[in-house]
Amino acid sequence: MITIQGKGVSAGVAKGPLYFLRRPNTRIEKQTVEDTGAEKRRLAAAQTESVRQLEELAEKCRDEAEDAAVLFETHAMFVEDEDFVACIEEQLEEEACNAEYAVEQAGEQFAVMLAAMDDPYMQARAADIKDVARRIINNLTGAVSGGFDTDEPVILCADDLAPSETLQLDKSKILGFVTKKGSNNSHTAILARTMGIPAVCAAGDALQEGYTGRLCYIDGETGELIIDPDPISLAALTEKLGKQAERKQLLETMKGQKDITLDGREIMLYCNIGSLEDVSAVQENDGQGIGLFRSEFLYLGAKTYPTEEEQFLAYRAVAAAMQGKRVIIRTLDIGADKQVDYFRMEKEVNPALGMRAIRICLNRPEVFRTQLRALYRASAYGKVAIMFPMITSVWEVRECKRACHRVMAELEKEGVPFDRSTELGIMIETPASVLVADALAEEVDFFSVGTNDLIQYTLACDRQSNDLGKFYDPHHPAVLRALKIAADAAHRAGKWIGICGELAADIGLLPTFLAIGIDELSVTPSAVLPLRAELRRSIAKTCTLDMLKC
Amino acid sequence: MKQFTYTVSDPLGIHARPAGLLAKEAKRFSSVCTITKEGQTKKLTQLMMLMSMGVKQGDTVTVAAEGEDEEAAIAALQSFFENHL
Repeated sequence: MITIQGKGVSAGVAKGPLYFLRRPNTRIEKQTVEDTGAEKRRLAAAQTESVRQLEELAEKCRDEAEDAAVLFETHAMFVEDEDFVACIEEQLEEEACNAEYAVEQAGEQFAVMLAAMDDPYMQARAADIKDVARRIINNLTGAVSGGFDTDEPVILCADDLAPSETLQLDKSKILGFVTKKGSNNSHTAILARTMGIPAVCAAGDALQEGYTGRLCYIDGETGELIIDPDPISLAALTEKLGKQAERKQLLETMKGQKDITLDGREIMLYCNIGSLEDVSAVQENDGQGIGLFRSEFLYLGAKTYPTEEEQFLAYRAVAAAMQGKRVIIRTLDIGADKQVDYFRMEKEVNPALGMRAIRICLNRPEVFRTQLRALYRASAYGKVAIMFPMITSVWEVRECKRACHRVMAELEKEGVPFDRSTELGIMIETPASVLVADALAEEVDFFSVGTNDLIQYTLACDRQSNDLGKFYDPHHPAVLRALKIAADAAHRAGKWIGICGELAADIGLLPTFLAIGIDELSVTPSAVLPLRAELRRSIAKTCTLDMLKC
Repeated sequence: MKQFTYTVSDPLGIHARPAGLLAKEAKRFSSVCTITKEGQTKKLTQLMMLMSMGVKQGDTVTVAAEGEDEEAAIAALQSFFENHL
């Protein structure tokens, strides 16, 4: 048995043959040239081609990975960086050498400079510089990049993988990654976690090319790479692999399935999102709608009030992407722990009980109107629902509805399309809203329970405090009874009720939610399939309210 | 010459992404735009040099522009720092 100890950076176990990345022309020979002018022209052509390739790469991943796109744009700027170019040309002149060698030398110099910095982020950028240099060299030699050509899936080994290399890899042929160098922050680690496959880095020189083709196991938790495991290790690894495959397969089979219990109770299984980028995760995990779209990201990420147009474009993008599935957008919920400078809020002794969420909107009708106009305009492009946070009184809801009617009247007058039947709902997150839930249910189309705040206000426990421990009990009967009271009120009025707080993903509470009669659960995208699996083996009729008893 | 001083509030400092955008912004002007931190001065168009300065959150830097369009350049740079850094 050969064991190589590295650092696990992406969990899971993989089994497969080792494959070392074959980079074209890894060794650059220094050659003396007579005509350095000709070399400079070759260099210029290779730079132009490199920039073109990088811009193309940036465009290719613009929609799915904005960060990667910016990275490639930065690489394109590296190619033409005046110091880098000057350094290459100086090498060329002084050494009278081939352009490949000059580029490699310059790349090394800059990489060393960054690697020597007292900052892990900058150290990691040394790989970017080398990547850029390698690209220019490949373009000089005319070599095809990639270096990865295999018919069977493999565990890919390299000293370290550059970002542009990882993008070009055929992902369907990769079972896991092992790198000699790298860290938790390196591109390989990030990619592996996104792909959901195991990775081990910092394996060091023990990882030899001589192992090519050998069958091995990697464990992304323990950071081990094992070739020819002894019977005990083999049994342990096989068991891990088996469990992992079972779980993955089970979850895969959940895609496209209905969210229904064995006895036919259907639940709407939706997702919580905080930005446009999260929509792809909703689709990948087969979420049936969006139960909470936090509109704060538009405000928190800005230096001043986002315009109606900016908001409209964001809401429309999500509504359209969800193709007619319900998208519940919560109106501005700032204040308390989420402060925005340009709102110029007064400092409060107790912000959780202060000017926050709907209270700000009702006090600042112009801010509210802008958002409502954007929301109604977006309603023409999908199934948008509007949800108001932090409601305590019936009059607040009526005022919100009046604001909605005013906006609809405006849009109608302007001839702007919108959906008049856009559903309106409220968050149930204060004890007051639970106690007057009967009256509130008459006013709206749905309730959605924000459990984090409901727990905080019901149990008088600050959710930001780390010391409250056992006192902050999400399973407290008072919280669950509050849910039951709100649900009963909603159902008596013929309305539906959901949960969009963190508690919704608590699988242990699913029977209680079913017994209470919760109609919708909105959770983080990765929680959809496990929850669906649990739901599909539940029997709603046999669920009890035992947890509501003290 | 026009200049301003600025204390970086971005938690990551001037890392690759803003450095790239900053270099791009500086290239729009004919003025020579520079950044100085602790006596060390680099041109804003020197992308890698700029990154290698390792400007972090809380660091105070002086940004200057000198040339025909220095007024416009310094205004653009100031708003860049305020919005991105």
